[in-house]
Amino acid sequence: MPKITVTVNGTQHTHEVEGRLLLVHYLRDVLGLTGTHVGCDTSSCGACTIHLNGNAVKSCSMLAAQADGATITTIEGLASGDELHPLQVGFKEEHGLQCGFCTPGMIMCAADLLNRNPNPTEQEIREGLEGNICRCTGYHNIVRAVQHAAGQLEAAS
Amino acid sequence: MIPQAVDYKRAGSVSEAISLLAENPDAKILAGGHSLIPAMKLRLNSPSLLIDIARIPELRYIEVRDGGVAIGAASTHHDIISNAEIQSRYGVMIEAGELIGDTQVRNVGTLGGSIAHADPSADWPAALIALNASIKVEGPNGAREIPATEFFLGFFYTALEEGEIVTEVVLPAPAAGSRSVYRKFMQPASRFAIVGCAASVTIDGGTITDATISLTGVSADGAFLDEAVGAALIGKSASLETIEAAANAAAEGVELNEDHYASKAYRKHLAKVYTKRALAGACGL
Ligand SMILES: Cc1cc2nc3c(=O)[nH]c(=O)nc-3n(C[C@H](O)[C@H](O)[C@H](O)COP(=O)(O)OP(=O)(O)OC[C@H]3O[C@@H](n4cnc5c(N)ncnc54)[C@H](O)[C@@H]3O)c2cc1C
Ligand code: FES
Ligand code: FES
Repeated sequence: MPKITVTVNGTQHTHEVEGRLLLVHYLRDVLGLTGTHVGCDTSSCGACTIHLNGNAVKSCSMLAAQADGATITTIEGLASGDELHPLQVGFKEEHGLQCGFCTPGMIMCAADLLNRNPNPTEQEIREGLEGNICRCTGYHNIVRAVQHAAGQLEAAS
Repeated sequence: MIPQAVDYKRAGSVSEAISLLAENPDAKILAGGHSLIPAMKLRLNSPSLLIDIARIPELRYIEVRDGGVAIGAASTHHDIISNAEIQSRYGVMIEAGELIGDTQVRNVGTLGGSIAHADPSADWPAALIALNASIKVEGPNGAREIPATEFFLGFFYTALEEGEIVTEVVLPAPAAGSRSVYRKFMQPASRFAIVGCAASVTIDGGTITDATISLTGVSADGAFLDEAVGAALIGKSASLETIEAAANAAAEGVELNEDHYASKAYRKHLAKVYTKRALAGACGL
């Protein structure tokens, strides 16, 4: 069985895993980080989005073994202590969620977008979040939440 | 959904990957895994061993060579569309790459994986055919280079022989006065092409001197070079009348694809519409 070492939200873990173990199951079932959700399980909805070495990826469509050596951030690792990440603040302030199921994936994907493009247009936000599906909000407030975060990040820099 | 049990090995070099493949006939190469792992989860594919090539350094690069650009097979879709050299020379690669799946898919999926997989609705194959690219492969019997026009042979079927892997894609230097574009009508959920048209057109003093047009998603046999469209353009003035007539020749005599999104007749119609749009873009009309 492959042995993997990963750094997740700043903590290093080493485990022997089955070759077929999906990364999302490793995060949820082995590490207990259940903030990363499984929605469609068919690589379409983005609920399972995490950062692998800084890039947004769908953890339901990767093996844990592929992540060996990687630095991973999940939704649990985004805030600094009690201080929410600007995206988390944005989703709260702008009502960017209803049931919240899609939210961790939305936020992780939006964080990748803002890393690459700190000042996206509305169109760029909608395109950047193409891989994430929300069944509740109709997306408008998600776009506003990302704009809110972009504004906060700009003001802070 | 959980794949069937499988062993996993990470190859450190191309030669190690080729030997592992030779020693394990049931093995499969794993690159981004974004076609293979979903298929394994559905148990459509159950290899005994996955040979991970994604981190072989000699497979992940983009470099200018002989005026063209060489792309290592393990380069991700995102590597390609964010490369300044490709952005400045090969519009069709950027326009096609930006429309593959979504951010997360583009961060992981690779060029080599996409072309080896040869989904009949994939975007890269059309772009590579339009650019006259060639594909380098390596196997137990050595290396060879295959023109893109001879690489894609059918439905999930390529010229790769047993035990061979794709190592590099070579884009030739674009001709002076040439422009290449991609236009796609996408499946709204997966974003695969229902119809995708890649066009590369060279214009000299208002006259079209060269044109390569390819279509993906249209034929059940995957991406193909539509020679009739090219023939209807070469030697003509780059005008709306010319491109309209040429676009009308698109997707004739082809075994058309059909699914619950688009019938054969609708696909053929879309192929002509998207060919016209691509030609308008490539001719600056
Ligand atoms: C949600 C989603 C949406 C998508 N949308 C699109 C889209 O719009 N357009 C599009 O074109 N594609 C789309 N794709 C497919 C995506 O581009 C895949 O990344 C790509 O098809 C396969 O690349 P990979 O690196 O992930 O290959 P893998 O899944 O790792 O491998 C695919 C196949 O190729 C073989 N292989 C891989 N690399 C090599 C190599 N170097 N040599 C020989 N064999 C090799 C493997 O053995 C396997 O059989 C989508 C995928 C997903 C999950
Ligand atoms: S659960 Fe991974 S994309 Fe839906
Ligand atoms: S808030 Fe319910 S799915 Fe998005």
